[in-house]
Amino acid sequence: MATVLSMKEPKETKKIRWKDLGLSSAQLIDFYKRMLLIRRFEERAAQEYGKSKIGGFCHLYIGQEAVGVGAIEALREDDYIFSAYRDHGHALARGMDPKVIMAELFGKFTGCSKGMGGSMHMFDASKNFMGGYGIVGGHIPLAAGTAFGSKYLGKDSVTICFFGEAAANQGVFHETLNLAALWKLPVVFICENNRYGMGTAVERAHAVWDIYQKASAYDMKRGWFDGMDVIESYRAVKAAVDHARQSNEPTLLEARTYRFRGHSMSDPIHGHYRTKEEVEEQKKSDPVPRFGEELLHAGILTQKAVDDMEAEIKTIVNQAVEFADQSPEPPADFLRENVYS
Amino acid sequence: MAVVAFREALNQAMSEEMERDPNVFLMGEEVAQYQGAYKVSQGMLQKFGEKRVIDTPITEAGFAGLGIGAAMIGLRPIVEMMTWNFAILAFDQLFNNAAKVRYMSGGQFKVPIVVRGPSGAAHALGSQHSQSLESVLAHVPGLIVVAPSTPADGKGLLKSAIRDDNPVMFMESEMMYGQKGEVPDGEYIIPLGVGDVKREGKDVTIIAWSKMLHVALAAAEQLAKEGVEAEIIDPRTIRPLDETMILNSVKKTNRCVIVEEAWPFASVGKEISSRIYSKAFDFLDAPIEHVNGADVPMPYAHNLEKLMLPSIPRVVDAVKKVLYR
Repeated sequence: MATVLSMKEPKETKKIRWKDLGLSSAQLIDFYKRMLLIRRFEERAAQEYGKSKIGGFCHLYIGQEAVGVGAIEALREDDYIFSAYRDHGHALARGMDPKVIMAELFGKFTGCSKGMGGSMHMFDASKNFMGGYGIVGGHIPLAAGTAFGSKYLGKDSVTICFFGEAAANQGVFHETLNLAALWKLPVVFICENNRYGMGTAVERAHAVWDIYQKASAYDMKRGWFDGMDVIESYRAVKAAVDHARQSNEPTLLEARTYRFRGHSMSDPIHGHYRTKEEVEEQKKSDPVPRFGEELLHAGILTQKAVDDMEAEIKTIVNQAVEFADQSPEPPADFLRENVYS
Repeated sequence: MAVVAFREALNQAMSEEMERDPNVFLMGEEVAQYQGAYKVSQGMLQKFGEKRVIDTPITEAGFAGLGIGAAMIGLRPIVEMMTWNFAILAFDQLFNNAAKVRYMSGGQFKVPIVVRGPSGAAHALGSQHSQSLESVLAHVPGLIVVAPSTPADGKGLLKSAIRDDNPVMFMESEMMYGQKGEVPDGEYIIPLGVGDVKREGKDVTIIAWSKMLHVALAAAEQLAKEGVEAEIIDPRTIRPLDETMILNSVKKTNRCVIVEEAWPFASVGKEISSRIYSKAFDFLDAPIEHVNGADVPMPYAHNLEKLMLPSIPRVVDAVKKVLYR
């Protein structure tokens, strides 16, 4: 599917809105490219799921790309990342090879978790990608743990932790925020508020709808940003990460975003809990073409460059699928490996 | 050989390991300023400072998870749970994260954490403070479960647990913290997964661990007066289980009684008897007898609490039953 970007004037002129961030044109183009890669990768994952090449639960990141890309671009290589079960996009944003991510989805031995994790449990120790976790909110204290570890070891690595807004109702979310604030841990909590915990709207699950305000109970720095805008994502997370690195203070950020697909592959796009019209309306702020058009308008990207990028990504995704398809399954004796050290 | 109390032996193990490895630290409720709810960490704050002996808020899931995250990047946390009853709040962290991170990451991360604290009944603590949950923990692949019965075993096993790269669930006993015993001088290590014959005998094997080991030993003394020589086996580590030692003893005595404080349903004792039935069936001269805590929540009333727990007479009766006496 080709991307044709509109050259019409954006509603707001944002030509110079990234100037203060010191981002080069190459970086801006890379933001766009990573988002586009995630989009195309996830679309292909959906197809492969349909062909039963991918099993189990498979939660796509389509619609939320700007959050992961902007946030992860704000990190250093020695920073730590925790994700939840919607983790493919974060893994790709971190620069993990699409081949090993697709192979993991296919349950192959060449996958990033050797086929033992699957869609919800992508790991890459070499990139401090500390994993995707499938119990809602259950991974949040682990992120405080790596932050604690950085401080204990005298390193200035920062940890970021992604989770959905539904996780903010879990006990461990609050326990961890308290510990992180109390002990001044260098961790940034990034709540991707896509407005639905599976099929339950924020308004039906949260007494307080501004999720970031939950940090006020812990006197923690907090804020929200437009999660459909990669620049705003980068800006907010960079500020929070820099602050954590300098002062060891945690921050809770709420990314206001939206998923364009169902909760998982077994969930229809709108189902009983949201309307088709709502989804279509939200797609008007699709973070990928929105940013592409902005770059085009700013003269940073050309339609030709976008076409070339599409072709390149198509090849990358095709190669990922081919690699995954041809890779071996884990050997039978691997069943009992790695239960214990 | 010095005679020390159980709590002191555990303190020695932690202190020695903290001296040996700067990445070992202790964290938990009341472990620092208060000197430990049961004084196991007495003096450690003064010795190691607040960076390494850390008081936590009452937030078991939070600090267990924090310990797991820290372990994933190379630290070796000792997480004290004021009791294992409170640790139930952290079981999601232990079951879903500590036990699985290594496996589901394809071996990329390890979780060298020790979670330790008292387990089982003390005196009149009622239903919620008197549980023996070793079978629940041992059910989960990825966790190691240790339940020592003597100060020496406590020290040697805790040192191994701290050095081990796996998550180790270390179950102590409130009733045993003051119990004294000889602890070998100098570096003393007991490997995980190796049981111990606590009393040799030829007539019957009694398998017991933690506090119940002492009930079994007292029962054996009484039985000896009646001419019955019981062999008492302490697995010390519940998972991995020293199956060889158990089978060897049963093959020798041909009779077996398993004593445990926990409830009978799906208990560790049932796991042990299942293994004996499958692997040493022909050696048995009588069905295995189980002595468990009664299948009820712990009552408060003193008389009923006593009735709930395994006792010396119940063990003696069970031994007589397998001896057809």
